[in-house]
Amino acid sequence: MKVGQAVKMAIASIRSNKMRSFLTMLGIIIGVLSVVLLVSLVQGATGSITSELDSLGGNQLTVTITDPSSKLTLSDVNSLEDKDEIGKVAAYNSGNGTVKAGGNKEEVSISGITENYSDFSELNLLNGRGILNIDNEYRLNVCVIGNSVAVNLFGNTDVIGSQIRLEGKDYLIVGVLEEQGESMMGSTDSTVYIPFTNAQRLLYSTGVTSFYVSSSSAETLELAEDTMDSFLLERTGDSDSFSVINMATIQDTINAVLSTMSLLLAGIAGISLVVGGIGIMNIMLVSVTERTKEIGVRKAIGAQKRDIVTQFIIESVTLSLMGGIIGMLLSMGILGLLTAILADYTFTVSISVAALALGFSMMVGLIFGIYPANKAAKLKPIDALRYS
Amino acid sequence: MITLRNIKKIYEVGDEYVHALDGVSLDIHDHEFVAIVGTSGSGKSTLMNIIGCLDTADEGSYAIDEQDVTDMTEYQLGVIRNKKIGFIFQQFNLLQKLDAFENVELPLIYQGIPGGQRKVKATDALKKVGLEKRIHHKPNQLSGGQQQRVAVARALVTEPTLILADEPTGNLDSKSSKDIIALLHELHDQGNTIVLITHDNDIAEEAERKVRLSDGKIISDTGGVIQ
Repeated sequence: MKVGQAVKMAIASIRSNKMRSFLTMLGIIIGVLSVVLLVSLVQGATGSITSELDSLGGNQLTVTITDPSSKLTLSDVNSLEDKDEIGKVAAYNSGNGTVKAGGNKEEVSISGITENYSDFSELNLLNGRGILNIDNEYRLNVCVIGNSVAVNLFGNTDVIGSQIRLEGKDYLIVGVLEEQGESMMGSTDSTVYIPFTNAQRLLYSTGVTSFYVSSSSAETLELAEDTMDSFLLERTGDSDSFSVINMATIQDTINAVLSTMSLLLAGIAGISLVVGGIGIMNIMLVSVTERTKEIGVRKAIGAQKRDIVTQFIIESVTLSLMGGIIGMLLSMGILGLLTAILADYTFTVSISVAALALGFSMMVGLIFGIYPANKAAKLKPIDALRYS
Repeated sequence: MITLRNIKKIYEVGDEYVHALDGVSLDIHDHEFVAIVGTSGSGKSTLMNIIGCLDTADEGSYAIDEQDVTDMTEYQLGVIRNKKIGFIFQQFNLLQKLDAFENVELPLIYQGIPGGQRKVKATDALKKVGLEKRIHHKPNQLSGGQQQRVAVARALVTEPTLILADEPTGNLDSKSSKDIIALLHELHDQGNTIVLITHDNDIAEEAERKVRLSDGKIISDTGGVIQ
């Protein structure tokens, strides 16, 4: 008997008992749905976390000094750029404050930055310019404002050349940022960027307590990290009073955690697939008993053992594969819906996940179909015919 | 051509051994119409199962078309049933989910015959039994007589050596019974070999030769080839 014939028979048999077939498939549908959904959700989340980390730069170090007595100056920090292994250095500080303009008032984050800052953290200008070295040098009262600051104060983003009053001092707006939206690392939308040196006064801070360092290339990242460690140890005399964080290391750690989580979730969801498979076996066994007479008739008119085995296995594989496909389509729908609702995340079913889930559901049908199929094939035609 | 020699079949019932067949020897020649008659418990069903290769004898030998069936494997027996024997059962034994055509086609599917040829052969067989207008009716849309005719079509579609009819009229009213008997006569006239198993002497009278069984032994044979 050809496989095509067996598939036809299997579909006819599945159709002849629609309710039962659907309920049997339900186990596989739920199994595949949960595997695909969970894995795709984790993959989607991983994707957006990784891309957010990537936007922070791969070969950079974040330095934080907790010892206030270190008194590292801006020129100390900037002179680090002279070292071969170090690329750029950008000091920054931050605080909160109130801005006023045109009778409107707004609570904002204030960030003092240097020109290099935009090499480490994405600042996308909608119009105008960024904070430059010259601004820092002459402590110019200029600022770059986040998108929603502009909109909230002026009602539009066309505000280059306007004045705002920041903590009692007038600042000239020289740049407006693009809208960024919510982000894991805090949004630029409600931030006012001013020259680092101005921010020191405004925030009553002296010295540099946090800055970014990039290595001259990806290969010198570790060397740069060592250089920073020894430099800071020399300046502070205490290895506990500063920290040098390597973003690549953090990224690796997060990726490792996420992929472990993804495996774990897939494993847990996989259990429901196995349970679905047991459901299929159960129904197939019932079906063998119910169809004993049919099997007898088929054998009497010439069906061989392997014809009966093929028929029943194809039936269970078709059943589970159909369940798998339905589960897959359902999860694609749900993920599409989630992507539409959560604008920041994109969830798609990757080809490998789809292939894995469908392959696995086929395997489940195969494995759990073997026992019932063999039971059916082993029936002696004489006994099967007598059965009523 | 069927040759049975000293066939024995013994069942164990509790502590006792029951000789369902106790040394049956029988030759059935091509184009014969033979009735095997006997009361319940005479061993006629056991004999029919053995002739039909649904069961094997405990002792003795059995050949069909000079092929010794006695020691055949399950697979080989399946091939014999498929190609050499056409079954007609008392209960019709049609597959309820398949229509008349698909039921008749089934033995050909197991022979591996391609779809085009199957269609021709199955349609022919249904024509022979006068059901060409009900090809796509399911068994539950057919009367008992019609269902049995579908079964007859299924039996003869493979052009078997032997058509084995087990109480073919047992579930039918008298008119349908007459139709089926007439159909068997017709098939016999066309050159088919027919073995009819029945307990009903009137039905047995229809056959040209009667073999009577009692207690697992042949007690009379109008063909007279008792050995």
